[in-house]
Amino acid sequence: MLRFILWRLLQAIPVIFVVITATFFLVRSAPGGPFDSEKAVLPEVKRALEAQYKLDLPLHEQYIAYLGDLSHGDLGPSFKYPGRSVNEILGSGLPVTAELGFYALSFALLIGVLAGVFAALKPNTRQDYIPMGMAMIGICMPSFLLGPLLVLIFGIYLDWLPIAGWGDLPGDKILPSITLGSAYAAYIARLSRAGMLEILSQDYIRTARAKGLPEWRVVTQHALRGGLIPVIAFLGPAFAGLLAGSFVVETIFQIPGLGRFYVQAAFNRDYTMILGTTVFLSTLIVFFNLISDVIAAWLNPRLRAQFKGGAS
Amino acid sequence: MRLFRLFLPACVIAGMLTACGSGESNVESGNANGILHYGNGAEPQGLDPHVVTGVPENHIVRALFEGLAVKNPETLEPEPGVAERWDISEDGTVYTFYLNPNARWSNGETMTASDYVWSWNRALHPDTGSLYAYMLYPIVNSEAYSKREITDFGEVGVKALDDHTLQVRLNAPTPYFLQLMDHYSTFAVHPETLLKHGKMTDRFTPWTRVGNIVSNGPFTLEEWSLNRRIIIKKSEHYWDRDNVALNGVYFYPTENVISEERMFRAEQLHYTAVVPLDKIPDYRERPDSPYVQAAYLGTYYYLVNTERPPVDNVLVRRALSYALDRDTLTRTVLQDTAIPAYSITPPDTLGYNPPQLFDYDPAKARELLAEAGYPNGEGWPGLEIIYNTQEAQRKIAVAVQQMWKRELNIDITISNQEWKVYLNSVSQREFQVARRGWIGDYVDANNFLDLFITDGGNNNTGYASDEFDDIILNLAPKAKTRDERYGLFYKAETMMMNEMPIIPIYTYTSKHLIHPSVEGIYPNLMDSLNLKYVKLHPGRSLSGEAN
Repeated sequence: MLRFILWRLLQAIPVIFVVITATFFLVRSAPGGPFDSEKAVLPEVKRALEAQYKLDLPLHEQYIAYLGDLSHGDLGPSFKYPGRSVNEILGSGLPVTAELGFYALSFALLIGVLAGVFAALKPNTRQDYIPMGMAMIGICMPSFLLGPLLVLIFGIYLDWLPIAGWGDLPGDKILPSITLGSAYAAYIARLSRAGMLEILSQDYIRTARAKGLPEWRVVTQHALRGGLIPVIAFLGPAFAGLLAGSFVVETIFQIPGLGRFYVQAAFNRDYTMILGTTVFLSTLIVFFNLISDVIAAWLNPRLRAQFKGGAS
Repeated sequence: MRLFRLFLPACVIAGMLTACGSGESNVESGNANGILHYGNGAEPQGLDPHVVTGVPENHIVRALFEGLAVKNPETLEPEPGVAERWDISEDGTVYTFYLNPNARWSNGETMTASDYVWSWNRALHPDTGSLYAYMLYPIVNSEAYSKREITDFGEVGVKALDDHTLQVRLNAPTPYFLQLMDHYSTFAVHPETLLKHGKMTDRFTPWTRVGNIVSNGPFTLEEWSLNRRIIIKKSEHYWDRDNVALNGVYFYPTENVISEERMFRAEQLHYTAVVPLDKIPDYRERPDSPYVQAAYLGTYYYLVNTERPPVDNVLVRRALSYALDRDTLTRTVLQDTAIPAYSITPPDTLGYNPPQLFDYDPAKARELLAEAGYPNGEGWPGLEIIYNTQEAQRKIAVAVQQMWKRELNIDITISNQEWKVYLNSVSQREFQVARRGWIGDYVDANNFLDLFITDGGNNNTGYASDEFDDIILNLAPKAKTRDERYGLFYKAETMMMNEMPIIPIYTYTSKHLIHPSVEGIYPNLMDSLNLKYVKLHPGRSLSGEAN
């Protein structure tokens, strides 16, 4: 197993290196620069700004300088927010996005697993169709539609919950968490239904039932463990996806997370910020995928055996 | 079972979350505690007056700092700020500011004239890279210093005569100079604080952070959570503290205008930066409407590249302008939130009214187009309008496209470009017609007309006229009276608009939702608000409900 993890870590290094290099040269080849604005910038001012951000150096020297800074964890100063480093901006946004992602995933797990198990218990009946139909709607409904809809119902008409902010007013974390978690809840519902259906038809479940165990014990003690393996495998990439893809929800609910900075950085040609967020999020995705692969390998005896024999 | 236990924390969290309720709104608690909740449009780039540019920054910086003179919130006339009074020499080129002896920095230190000399050195120094350095260019030798043509700041026309007297020498009488003193780029910064965190010209130091910043305005910085909120509170050392009604202001970075409007409806905000266009009719119909609209010192126009056919022909440019029904456009597409424009300077810019050389006249437009060689659009080579990707820009471009097709029978292509790509196309003049807007930095026609001096950075049209340049750069600054000066502007603007390097479309308006409990925000041409004068009245609530 250790060899497997080391092997995957080694594979991750060139992936991240390619991401850094490609992003570095792509953002610089995009038309327009960080200091372009609607009002003309005087040439001498532009020169002074470029010198302050090392943009007056040849491109390859900028690249080497960036890699040098990156090697000791320095993502550079932001172009858009003078006086703030990219590290600091990421540091301020990450806890918020991670908290939002955690709540969203918790909500998704709770609703998704309940709906999936419930549906799998009586397949092809109303008990199956209703939750699965709702799951399909959840998958199809984009967060830019669901978010404002929830805001209108619970924030404006019923006046139960705040409609924006994060940690400013009691209850302001509920609507964004539900909005972000809904699509994932729907995926999890479908995954857990499929997993449970497969497990519930296994011989050992039939044996458990034949021994006279009540149905709820068959489900909770025997079937769930195997039935939720696909869901667990999905959690790693799902959490990484939640961190990287929360932009829409953060914008709708005015949440000070990473997503807003990520997207704005591209519009602003904030070179260091684009690179910083891309490097950071790609590392995170690689890391979560690795964890998820490790868990899948650990749960699957055949894969485990394979890595005992040789790493490939 | 173990797996099931994993869900327990999730259940607990969900339970905790759902147990919460919305409780007291921001507006209710704010009214009780003297706290204004302010939708500020976007996260400010920073709070360093010599580094930032932009409207959201302006609102916060002008609450934290104060200039030598400040604008009256209703009339925009200059009033005493840090300077309690000033003298202007007879020829209008020497200003002597007498600083209020009670003017203090937020750390309690007295403000001095040398703070201004140091600060303006910083603002003008080329290494600082201040995008607004040109605001100080009326001062003798400031432009040369800023462009490194001279290196001794002693040659620049700013001098501290004593601790409380600042003398400023100008190149020419500059009637709007006092207005510039209320622009953040001319504010003083606290030298010791900046030097504690870096060099004078550094842009990256943390001197503006909570705990570090020393300012001189009616408010001080209390909290700055990135992309969440900025909190300022009433300053203890401000010279006019007794006249500051608010205890504090919460600024929210409300980029999403739709969310911002919802926040206003849910009473999470007292004030919105903008109002979504489709919500305006609803708000207008309400009794005691919180919707406030006022003429704004800005013009929306189409830039024309006068070096590219077919718009290199002035007859074509005129035909296009005559064929545009601006009244219909502003009434329908813009929901009556804009004023039709026929020139670059907005009407009644401090008493100056620009010439109107044309009107909506389709017959005349067709005649001009025929004269240019395209009778009824025959032989028309095509024309492209570029605009930055935004729904509002697209709607206007589509309306213009249809009007030109209907009146002139010509085909127009409209292309959207991502913001920075669009800026690049405009600055490289890679366009035929491009959407453009200009918001004045100060109330004076000069701020609009000097856009079109030959090869000016904001010209982008290819328009070049020695006579126009001479009026704007030499004759108008030396004019003895206001009438003479305005007469020269009128002449220059007539000359420029005859050549039609731009097609004016509308004059902007400012649009806000203001809670009935707020007093002291007056509509004005600069959309300028001084938070010092804002008061809150508890007990007033929103009436009616927009859908």
